[in-house]
Amino acid sequence: MSLQGKRILIAKPGLDGHDVGAKIITLALRDHGADVIYTGLRKSPDYIARTAVDEDVDAIGLSVLSGSHQEMLVATLEQLKAMDADDIKVFIGGTIPPDDHAALIAAGVTDIFTSEMNLQDTIARLAEALA
Amino acid sequence: MFRQKEDEKSVTTPSGIEVPVVVFPEMLEGSPLGQPGEAPFTRGVFPNGYRGRLWTIRQYSGFGSAEESNQRYRFLLEQGQTGLSVALDLPTQCGYDPDDPMAIAEAGKVGVSLSNLAEMEILFADIDLAAISTSFTINGAAAMIFAMYVAAADKAGIPRTALTGTIQNDILKEYVARGTWIFPVKPSMRLIADSILFANKETPRFNPISIAGAHVRDAGCTAVEEIGYTLVNGLAYVDELLRRGGEVDSFAKRLSFFFYVHMDLFEEAAKFRAARRIWARIMSERYGAKDPRSLLFRFGVVCGGSSLTAAQPLNNIVRVGIENLAAVLGGAQSIFTCAYDEAFQIPTEQSAEIAVRTQQIIAHESGVANTVDPLGGSYYVEYLTDRMEAEILAVMQEIDDYGGVVKAIEEGYIQMRLAQRAKERKEKIDSGERVVVGVNRYRHEDEKAQLGEVFRLDLGNRRRILEKYQATRDRRDNDAAMATLRRLGVAAQTDDENLMPYLIDCCHQYVTVGEMVAELKSHWGEFQEPALIA
Repeated sequence: MSLQGKRILIAKPGLDGHDVGAKIITLALRDHGADVIYTGLRKSPDYIARTAVDEDVDAIGLSVLSGSHQEMLVATLEQLKAMDADDIKVFIGGTIPPDDHAALIAAGVTDIFTSEMNLQDTIARLAEALA
Repeated sequence: MFRQKEDEKSVTTPSGIEVPVVVFPEMLEGSPLGQPGEAPFTRGVFPNGYRGRLWTIRQYSGFGSAEESNQRYRFLLEQGQTGLSVALDLPTQCGYDPDDPMAIAEAGKVGVSLSNLAEMEILFADIDLAAISTSFTINGAAAMIFAMYVAAADKAGIPRTALTGTIQNDILKEYVARGTWIFPVKPSMRLIADSILFANKETPRFNPISIAGAHVRDAGCTAVEEIGYTLVNGLAYVDELLRRGGEVDSFAKRLSFFFYVHMDLFEEAAKFRAARRIWARIMSERYGAKDPRSLLFRFGVVCGGSSLTAAQPLNNIVRVGIENLAAVLGGAQSIFTCAYDEAFQIPTEQSAEIAVRTQQIIAHESGVANTVDPLGGSYYVEYLTDRMEAEILAVMQEIDDYGGVVKAIEEGYIQMRLAQRAKERKEKIDSGERVVVGVNRYRHEDEKAQLGEVFRLDLGNRRRILEKYQATRDRRDNDAAMATLRRLGVAAQTDDENLMPYLIDCCHQYVTVGEMVAELKSHWGEFQEPALIA
C-alpha cells in the first residue's frame, strides 16, 4: 500500500499535549510515501481548516486525547464547509470510546483510529479511503 | 557453567542493555557500592532507608470543580494518604481562563479549573495547608499557581515557612513531551529561577521544582534516555540559577526529580541507583557543592502510565504492583500508583482505592521496606547499575555535543528522537517482538472493552465554572487588580527582577492566571514549535 502523492495534514486541535500518536502516524505515513505536515499543538479548527486548504491536502488526521473529539470534529468539518473544502476527508485518532463512534460517523468522519490499533492496519485503511 | 548457546538470540533490557544468562562477580566493574546515605549513594540517599521514613503515598487526583476536588481530597486523606496531588485542567495549565475561546471545550475536564485565588480557597477548604504536603502538576503557568498557593496561605494566616509540597515547574520537558509550554525558552527559564530563588528564601520547606523524566518516557524513550535527558535538564536549571547569582548549596538541596516506572523490574530499580551516583558526582565535582544535602538525588515516581492497557484492564493491577515494587527497590521518596482503569477513564473511587492499597500492601505486608537497598550486592543488579550509568552518561554527552539542551529543543532534535523511539516501540508491540499480555498475546479476540463502573463528569460543571469565574471578577476591586497587573508587566521588562512578589500581589487581588499570562505574553511572546523533521 502506497500513499505516494497523497498530501496529509496531521493536526492537534484543543489543548491536550499528548502528541505521541500524532507524531508516530506522521512518521509512519511518510514511510509510506505521503507528504505529511504536522501542525504542532493547540491549533483551532479554523487554523486547521485554513492550513488544509492552503496546503491543498487530501486528508486531515485529527488527533484528540482529551475527550473533546466530537466538538473538535464538528468544528473542523464546519470550517471546511465554510471554505468550500469539504472534499477533504477527515479522520480522527486518539482515545475515542467505542460508544462515541456512531456519533462521529454520523457527523461525517471518514474513519476512526484508536491507539491500540496496529499501525499497518491504520495505514491500509487510510490508503483505501484515499484511493 | 551456564552459557548462552551459540545460536540463541541475545536478550536485552528495554533500554538495549545486554542481559547475560548468569552474571558472575568478575563481570562487575568494581564500582564502589558505599553505604546508604553516603557517596556515591548507590544504596540510597538516607542511611536508614524506609526504616527511617516510609515513602509518601501520593495520588494524582482532581477533576471538575474545586468543590468536587475538595471532596475527593478529603476522601483520600481519610483513606490514609499522606500528601495531596492536584491535577489541573488544561486551560489552567496552558494559561487560559475558562472563558477563553481556546478553553471552551476543556474547562474542568481533565483536572480542576484553578483560574484565581477564590478557586484555590474552595479547593483547600477545611484542609490545613500547614499540615499537608501538596503537589501541583503545573509547568508553563507554575509560577502563577505557586504564587496563588502562597497567597492562599497568607490569607489563611499560615506562615509561608510552614508550606510543604512541590510544584513541577519543569518547562524543558514540556517543549519536547508534555506540551503545556507557554513562553519561549529564555523567559520560561527566568520564571523558574525566580520561583526557586523565591522559595529558597520564603518557603524553605517547599520543593519549587520537580525535574521530570516521566513524560519523555511516556513519549517513547528508554529508561536510559529518560534519566539522561532529565539530568541534562536539571543541570540546565542549575546553570541558570548560578547565572542569576544563586549559591549551589542554597538551592541544590531543594531540587527533586520525578520519573515513570515501567515493567522491567531490575532495569527500573537500577536506573535510580545509577542516577543517584551520577547526580551526586556532578554536583560535587562540577559545581563544588559542599552541603551533603546538595548531593542527594531525591525523586518521586508514577507507576503505570503508558504501560497500562485498555484491554483486560484488571491486568493493570498486577503491572502497577510490579512497578511499585521496582520503585521501592530503587529507593523512591514518593510514589503515585495509577488506577487500573486510568488508561481509558478518570479513576473511580474503587479503582483509586485499589491503587492506594497496592502501596500499602507492599509497605506493610511484603517486608521489602524493612532493610535498606535489599538488592545491593546482587550481581545482576550491580551489573545493570554499572551499565546504565555508562549509557546514561553517553546520552548526556550526546546532548552536550549537539550544543546543549536548549539548542536541541529549539531545533527539534530531542522531539524527533522521541517520535522515532515512539514509532519503534509501537512497531515492536505490533509485531509481537515486545510482549504485552492481553494486547498482542493472550488476548480475547471478541473482547468488548471491560469498562466496569464509569465515572461521568457532571455536564453542568462547565457552566458553573464559568459562572463562578465571572462572579469573582465582578466582585473583585478591579482597579486594584489592574494596578498589580501593570506592575507585573513593568517588572517583566527588566532583565532579572524576581517576578514572584508581583505574581503574589496579583493573586491577592484575584487577578486570574489568564490575565497574568496574557500580560507576560505581551512582552515575551510565545514558544514556536519546531517542525517535525529528521
